[in-house]
Amino acid sequence: MGKTITEKIFEAHQRDVPSDNNVVLDIDVVMCHEITTPIAINDLHERGMDRVFDPKKIKVVIDHVTPSKDSKTATQAKILRDWARRQHIKDFFDVGANGVCHALFPEKGFIRPGYTVIMGDSHTCTHGAFGAFAAGIGTTDLEVGILKGVCSFRLPETMKITITGELCKGVSAKDVILKVIKELTVNGATDKVMEFVGPVVDKMSMESRMTLCNMAIEAGATCGVCLPDRVTAEYLWPFIKDEYDSLEAAVADFRKWHSDTDAGYVVEKTFDVSALVPQVTYGFKPDEVKDVTEMAGTRIDQVYMGSCTNGRIEDLRAGAAILKGRTIAPTVRAILSPATPKVYNQAMEEGLIKIFMDAGFCVTNPTCGACLGMSNGVLAAGEVCASTTNRNFNGRMGKGGMVHLMSPVSAAAAAVKGEIVDPREFI
Amino acid sequence: MKTFGGPALFLDRSDINTDEIIPAKYLTENSKSALKPYILEDLKLEGFDPAADVKNAGVVVTRSNFGCGSSREHAVWVFEVNDINVVIGESFARIFRQNMFNCGMLAIELKKEDIDTLFSLGKDVMISIDLEKETITAKGSREFTCGFSLNSFDRDLVMAGGWLAYADKKY
Repeated sequence: MGKTITEKIFEAHQRDVPSDNNVVLDIDVVMCHEITTPIAINDLHERGMDRVFDPKKIKVVIDHVTPSKDSKTATQAKILRDWARRQHIKDFFDVGANGVCHALFPEKGFIRPGYTVIMGDSHTCTHGAFGAFAAGIGTTDLEVGILKGVCSFRLPETMKITITGELCKGVSAKDVILKVIKELTVNGATDKVMEFVGPVVDKMSMESRMTLCNMAIEAGATCGVCLPDRVTAEYLWPFIKDEYDSLEAAVADFRKWHSDTDAGYVVEKTFDVSALVPQVTYGFKPDEVKDVTEMAGTRIDQVYMGSCTNGRIEDLRAGAAILKGRTIAPTVRAILSPATPKVYNQAMEEGLIKIFMDAGFCVTNPTCGACLGMSNGVLAAGEVCASTTNRNFNGRMGKGGMVHLMSPVSAAAAAVKGEIVDPREFI
Repeated sequence: MKTFGGPALFLDRSDINTDEIIPAKYLTENSKSALKPYILEDLKLEGFDPAADVKNAGVVVTRSNFGCGSSREHAVWVFEVNDINVVIGESFARIFRQNMFNCGMLAIELKKEDIDTLFSLGKDVMISIDLEKETITAKGSREFTCGFSLNSFDRDLVMAGGWLAYADKKY
């Protein structure tokens, strides 16, 4: 039988097989941010293990609370900053250069097809969009990753998620993944890799593929993955042009990471998205999803556009297209956090920031900010937020708050209306 | 080697997530012990009072997909610093489960019927775990014993005292 991309990556990185069900993999990239890494650094230091396996393979960013908001977060940032300096980690991104990790690191060209990637952040699965195996891990896994360059995983089973049809206007990758999670439920993909294939995925930009893979964890998956192709090669071209004679050569080389036609899948599901309408969550779980039309009229207090799910330039363009010439409802406050300095700059050059500000949005620096209620944009009890983020857990954006997940188009339309609305009315 | 067991804390819900176990606002703490008072602070569960209910617990018994969401190992440490080092459920989210074994703690999966039986034993239930025989004995309104099985690598991690100790020796 043939192999899936994940099986091929596992085979190429296998360091050890500690049991029938587990493998220990060599890791190509260990990513770190200031929330889950400082404790790992302190612990390694206390154990007399203050070293790293390879400073070139460690990428570091301060992104969850930045600039620091108080003494505790300043201390977290300082621990990370001092460590990066001490360990000669060159790829370190601090205030002014920092952005949301899962948007920033791909933008810097740190991911390649076939790579293994870990980070103490559950949305690390985003990087699977490049045909990598990328997984969120805890602090102990991070410590071992930093120290030894290895991580253990159960042997992967892969679900094949085929997306067919054609997306209607106003419907995007976010709506597709919300629909998929609704069907699979929040643990429908636990211990599995979700491989996204089919004509709709083939046509998607890297940004959209990242949105798809970003939310694989919300169905419980270890990783989401797309097969690397011309779109991948074009995105990565500035970083790989010295390695390949031509773009075509890169595309051809990437094919070695495609799943074989006779690869084995534990589940195969096909979603025809031709009739898909914008999707919105209604409860405290990411699988509690309805058509936007069923949620229309739900009052909102805040709109948040940003995060590792939907804070990229494509998302800002989609939101701005709705907001152009319009203003947000007087009962709403709206926040935009471009995911990276590059996205911010590009949005300024394209006039998108002006559109957002003219509409009444507050524009913050690139940060995870409101998404997990750690920094700016926290909700008060009883408040409701229309958000382009990935999680709607109880208390996520602030104790007693309610989060409705949706696409940038739907969030922009909600900002204008002051309530959840079918964004297609505004197109 | 740690011993596992103690009075049971029953959390009768599936999909209890990491934000409910320890909200993100406490992730600015740089010591495990500082997390102690905030355990299960945002848990949406009728009649649950974290301060009173967690007090004497040594084992958590719950339903399916426990610990879904964030990768934060704080969700495991907050149990550890509250002297709870076993969670028994139908199933776990992958990262939470791995974090438990990485810390030398137990995430035990039982079939639904056995979980139902544990829930039926009443309020005051004492659970003991025999790691060698892979059995759980629960004493409540009556006594109930059932078997469980650990993945051999997970067992090795627990025996070694966690993943860091295991990996440092081996790699």
